Amino acid sequence: MKYLSEYRDPELVTQYLDEIKKTVTQPWTIMEVCGGQTHSLVKYGILDLLPKEITMVHGPGCPVCVTPLNLIDKAVYLAEEKDVILCSFGDMLRVPGSEKNLLEAKANGADIRILYSPLEAVKIAKENPEREVVFFAVGFETTAPANALSVLHGKRAELTNYSILASHVLVPPAISALMSDPDSVVQGFLAAGHVCTIMGLEEYYPLVEQYNIPIVVTGFEPVDLLQGILMTVKQLEGGIAKLENQYTRMVSEEGNPNAKQAIFEVFDVTNRMWRGMDVIPSSGYQVKKELEQYDANVKFEVSIEEAPEHAECIAGDIMKGLKKPFDCTQFGKKCKPSNPLGAPMVSSEGACAAYYNYSGETELAEA
Amino acid sequence: MKMELSCPMPKLDFDLITLGHGSGGILTHKLLDAGVFDLLKNDKLSEQHDGAILELSGESAFTTDSFVINPIFFPGGNIGELAVYGTVNDLAMCGAIPKYLSLSFILEEGLAMEEFWKILVSIKGAAESAGVQIVTGDTKVVDKGKGDKIFINTTGIGSVHSKSNISVNNIKAGDSIIVSDQLARHGIAIMSVRSGLEFETDIESDTKNLSKVVQSSIEKFGSDIHVLRDATRGGVATVLKEMAEKRNLGMDLEYKQIPVNESVQGACEMLGLDPMYVANEGVFVSIVSNEIAQEYVDFLKRDEATSSASIIGTVTDKHPKQVIMTSAIGGKRALTMLPGEQLPRIC
Repeated sequence: MKYLSEYRDPELVTQYLDEIKKTVTQPWTIMEVCGGQTHSLVKYGILDLLPKEITMVHGPGCPVCVTPLNLIDKAVYLAEEKDVILCSFGDMLRVPGSEKNLLEAKANGADIRILYSPLEAVKIAKENPEREVVFFAVGFETTAPANALSVLHGKRAELTNYSILASHVLVPPAISALMSDPDSVVQGFLAAGHVCTIMGLEEYYPLVEQYNIPIVVTGFEPVDLLQGILMTVKQLEGGIAKLENQYTRMVSEEGNPNAKQAIFEVFDVTNRMWRGMDVIPSSGYQVKKELEQYDANVKFEVSIEEAPEHAECIAGDIMKGLKKPFDCTQFGKKCKPSNPLGAPMVSSEGACAAYYNYSGETELAEA
Repeated sequence: MKMELSCPMPKLDFDLITLGHGSGGILTHKLLDAGVFDLLKNDKLSEQHDGAILELSGESAFTTDSFVINPIFFPGGNIGELAVYGTVNDLAMCGAIPKYLSLSFILEEGLAMEEFWKILVSIKGAAESAGVQIVTGDTKVVDKGKGDKIFINTTGIGSVHSKSNISVNNIKAGDSIIVSDQLARHGIAIMSVRSGLEFETDIESDTKNLSKVVQSSIEKFGSDIHVLRDATRGGVATVLKEMAEKRNLGMDLEYKQIPVNESVQGACEMLGLDPMYVANEGVFVSIVSNEIAQEYVDFLKRDEATSSASIIGTVTDKHPKQVIMTSAIGGKRALTMLPGEQLPRIC
């Protein structure tokens, strides 16, 4: 397929791999920030093709994985107790809450609908004026523009029955948090290409400077990833730390001004709890005060106590790059895609699920 | 292009299905006489008895399937032909020549008669093209909200072809793995029209009769065809993984050899789905002796129903129970069974 097959070209892949092998002289640990990148690395078998000097660790860029337990409980509560039509992206449905996930709530009769676009939720709100419609607005900067737009559309249509349960998280503060952790082993970052498509590069220069670490904005296809890794390794080997953009076909210096405008019209930056990582200052979006009628958090005054994570789940360490899924004592045992103890086993972008799905673990054989 | 049968709907004094149509009384008779018995008529059905008396000789194959698809009309087909071809194809996978079907409806109160008629006409067309007779059936109506317009169950009986020897136990290391056509068209076509996920595409469901090409291939290749499986729910990956587990053998697949059309590939990229796991309604997997593999694929390619057939891999004893795919760039990954439905991902 045009614009994809070129970036999956075996010859190019071989060339980049050879170039990486020629360049690398010592061990390096590189984190790919985005779950989509993790998914591609595993799906295409790239991890096994890389020279042994390079260790890839898998960052927190899986929106499903970092959505706090408490918020999933809230979504379940709204759907079950408040009789709202709860709309969500598909892969949120299987994420475990403290008691149940949204799929189980749906099976219990809650009206939960899988959508691909939040604008569909606005349409549902128009069609069901007698019902409250809530969109579960999770994601990084990538999904924020569409979620913001849904609020603006709702406002324009003067809807009083539409709101979003926002749990947006932001990449740059997460990189800061990771680098501030004294245990951090990360020496270079592949930043998330799609996030930068929206936000541009501006926020990344200070990070490079402050932490003296190479950051390469990278795409998602095999050739993108290998080129991004090569650019990072060249910097590391050369003792350089700068911001580079591998994903130039999508990412411009200033990002997408229209998308940013929609975000800033609807959201304020706020402190945000990251599942497995604690509260990170200024790391999320919440609906602005003047639009609070579209904020499900305000509208429904749901207060749900913070529930503890499963004691044996090491999701936090995995998302910080301190541990690999295989280091978990419950990986493939108690914790499997059909019975996830933590969110990284749920989403196709979660590091644990990616390892599980593509490593040949087999649930049937054990059954 | 599919032939659309046009049979004008008989004049009826009702537009909607009501509970009375399942009562067994006059309304039921009005519905069945006009809609079912006349349209699908054959000697056995016309007896209108409690069951059908059938003649079968030799080994028989027997299968059943229920169809609960939403929406009931979708690009490339509807629930009616799906219900016929689904069961016919299952019989074909047993190496059997489909002969007779039962046909049971659970209708939801309020279903438009016009929609039901279209479905019946499509059932008639599918049964004729597959050469099966519908010989018995049942119709029930449930309260509004207790069904999803229409559920259909079909059960089928067929006579096993004398040259057929199909069993998962026949699979051996060295065998070739073949898919009969482009993957994932049915699942993606359905998703493209499902409420909340609609997207514009030219993709149509691949629902079709596979029994003719399967019969002629068995006639030609006989017991060199070791196993046939309809790759419906769970897609090709699930079928292969099931067989690898059951037979305690491994499978090596080449991504490059897997036929997926460009629109389907694009939709899968967009939705974050893997075509290997998406449902098909007109694709089967065959595992055949390595010696005949190329000739078999060439044979399949000459039939319209299987024109994109391709050898996608080999059976091996090297990694029992594992299905390993070599990616487009030469890396390897294992295919497992899905924990549940494939859910479209966030971004």
